Amino acid sequence: MDIKEIQNLIKFVSKSEVAEVNLKLKDFEIKIKNIGGQSVTYTPQPMPAVQMPVAPQPSAAAPAAPTAEKPAAEEDNSKYITVKSPMIGTFYRSSGPGKDPFVSVGDNVNVGSVLCIVEAMKLFNEIESEVSGKIVKILVDDASPIEYDQPLFLIDPS
Amino acid sequence: MFKKILIANRGEIAMRVIRTAKEMGIKTVAVYSTADRDSLHVRFADEAVCIGPPASSESYLKIANIIAAAEITDADAIHPGYGFLSENAKFSKTCKDNGIKFIGASPEHIDKMGDKATAKATMIQAGVPVVPGSEGILKDYAEAKKIAKKIGYPVMIKATAGGGGKGMRAVWTEKDLEKHWESAVQEATAAFGNGGMYMEKLIEEPRHIEIQIAGDSAGKACHLSERDCSVQRRHQKLVEETPSPFMTKELREKMGNAAVKAAEFIGYEGVGTVEFLVDKNGDFYFMEMNTRIQVEHPITEQVIDYDLIKEQILLAAGQPISGKNYFPKLHSIECRINAEDPYNGFRPSPGMITNINIPGGHGVRVDTHVYAGYQIPPYYDSMIAKLIVTSQTREESLAKMKRALDEFYIEGIKTTVPFHRQLMDDSEFVKGNYTTKFMETFELDPSYADSFS
Repeated sequence: MDIKEIQNLIKFVSKSEVAEVNLKLKDFEIKIKNIGGQSVTYTPQPMPAVQMPVAPQPSAAAPAAPTAEKPAAEEDNSKYITVKSPMIGTFYRSSGPGKDPFVSVGDNVNVGSVLCIVEAMKLFNEIESEVSGKIVKILVDDASPIEYDQPLFLIDPS
Repeated sequence: MFKKILIANRGEIAMRVIRTAKEMGIKTVAVYSTADRDSLHVRFADEAVCIGPPASSESYLKIANIIAAAEITDADAIHPGYGFLSENAKFSKTCKDNGIKFIGASPEHIDKMGDKATAKATMIQAGVPVVPGSEGILKDYAEAKKIAKKIGYPVMIKATAGGGGKGMRAVWTEKDLEKHWESAVQEATAAFGNGGMYMEKLIEEPRHIEIQIAGDSAGKACHLSERDCSVQRRHQKLVEETPSPFMTKELREKMGNAAVKAAEFIGYEGVGTVEFLVDKNGDFYFMEMNTRIQVEHPITEQVIDYDLIKEQILLAAGQPISGKNYFPKLHSIECRINAEDPYNGFRPSPGMITNINIPGGHGVRVDTHVYAGYQIPPYYDSMIAKLIVTSQTREESLAKMKRALDEFYIEGIKTTVPFHRQLMDDSEFVKGNYTTKFMETFELDPSYADSFS
C-alpha cells in the first residue's frame, strides 16, 4: 500500500459510519478507529475523526508511513528491537538501482552490519546496525522519504 | 512565487509564518524536534518532518537536517524566523547552494553586519553616526588620555577580551582616568589573561530605539519608523512600543534617513532592523543591524497596517518596494510573556499549562503557540506569548494593556504577566521616562501575583 492509498483509506473510513477497521495484508497492517463515528466539521485538516497513534495529520511526507506501521510494531515490540532512523532523507534498501538489498527479512545481522542507506544533500550515509539478530520486518518502502527517529527495521535479538 | 516554504523554527514565530504563507496560498512544512511533537506549528502546517532529538544543536540548529527535510518535501524556500539559523551565513549559503531560496539576508550581508567591528566600520563609510571611540586597542594610558579628550567625557573603557561586565569602567572626568585605567587593565589581565583595552563614548541615559527597514533587489530601501525597546533585563527585551515616547518628528526623520542610508549603502535585501542608542540630547548612534525579522515586529505591523512577514516573502520573491517610508498611524505596545517566575530572579518555569485564557477584544492581538494542556519543553527559550495592544493614543494603549493583562490567566506555570501588570502601573513608565537603565532600579512587587492566582 502506498501513502496515497493509505490517505484515501483513512479519508474513506472517517467519512463512514464504521467504528473500527483492521486491515491486514501480506506485509502491511493498519488499524483505524473512528471516534464517536462523527466527522469533524472544522478545518484545518490535521484532526479528522480518526484516531492515529502518532502524528495527527495525514501528510504526504514521512508521518503517514510510521503511523500505519505503528500498530503492528506495538504488538511485537516487547520482543523485538526497533531500529530508528538517526537522519532525515531518502531511504534506500540497496547501494544502487538494480543492486541487491543490504538486508532482507530473515537475514542475520551483526553489530556494524549495513542495513540501508539514507541519502540527503547528495550524500549517501550507510546506517549500521547497533545490535545483532535477525531482521523480522522492514518498515519503510524503498526510495521513500523518512524523518528523524522513524522506525525502519524490527530486529529479533534472540 | 514560492510553492512551498519550510519554516526552520518553532513556537510562535513558526505559527506566525505559517499563517501568512497560508493566506498567500503557499504550502508550509514544519520541522520539529522530538520534544516538539505536540507543538501548535506542527499541527497547522501542511506537512511536518521530525528533524532530531530535543537539543537545538541536534535539531533546529542542524543545517544538514533542515536541508534534508526541505529536500524530501520539495520545499523551494526556507523561512528561518528569528534566532536559531536566521543570521547564520553558512545556512544562508547552504540554502543557496542547494537551490532553495533563503527568506533572509545573503551570506555576505549576514557576515558584514554580524561582526560588530566590521559593521561599525561599514557604517562609518556610509556616513551613519556611530558611537565615537578608539580605533581598536589603545596602546597605553597616554593614548587613552588623548582619545578620551578627543571623544569628550564621559567615556567607557572596555576590555577587548571582556565579558560579563569585567574590565569595564565608566570614567566621568579626566582626573579619574588614570586610576580607572590601571584597575581595569589589572582586572582584565586577571580575568581573561589579556589587558588590552578600547574606548567608547559613554551614552548618557541611553534609549534603545530601532528603525525597521526593507530593501529590494533593485537596491532601494525604505523605513517603517521606530520601535522603542529600552525596557530590558540583562539585554533581553521585555516590552516594546511604537511610536517611542522620546521620538519627535525631526528625530524620526533623521534616524529613518540614516537607517535607509545604511541599508542602501550595503544594498540590503529583505527586511531588517537598524538599532540605535539615543542619548538624552537626542543624538543617536549606530549600535548594530539585525538582518532578520524581529520578535517585536507586530507592533510595527499594527501601526502601519502591513503584514511584515508577507512583505518579507514578497521581497524574497523579487518584488520591488514602493519606495515610500511608513509612519505610525496608531500607538502599539507589546509585552513579552515568558514562562519565568519574576519573584524568584525570573527563573524559567517550564511545565504543563493546565488552563489558559487568552485576552481578546478591540485592539488586542496575541501571538502564541501555547494552549491548555501544552507541556512547555525545557530545552528552548522561555517566551510563550506576545501580547500586543493598539489604540489611537499611548494613554489608551496603556489602559488596554492593563485590561488585557488582567484577563490573561495562565495556570500551571509561573509567568511574567504580573510583572508586566506592575510595569503598566509604574509612574515613570507611564510618563514615558525610561532608558535602558530602567530595570536596574525597578522594584518587583510580589502582591501583583495575587490577582493572578
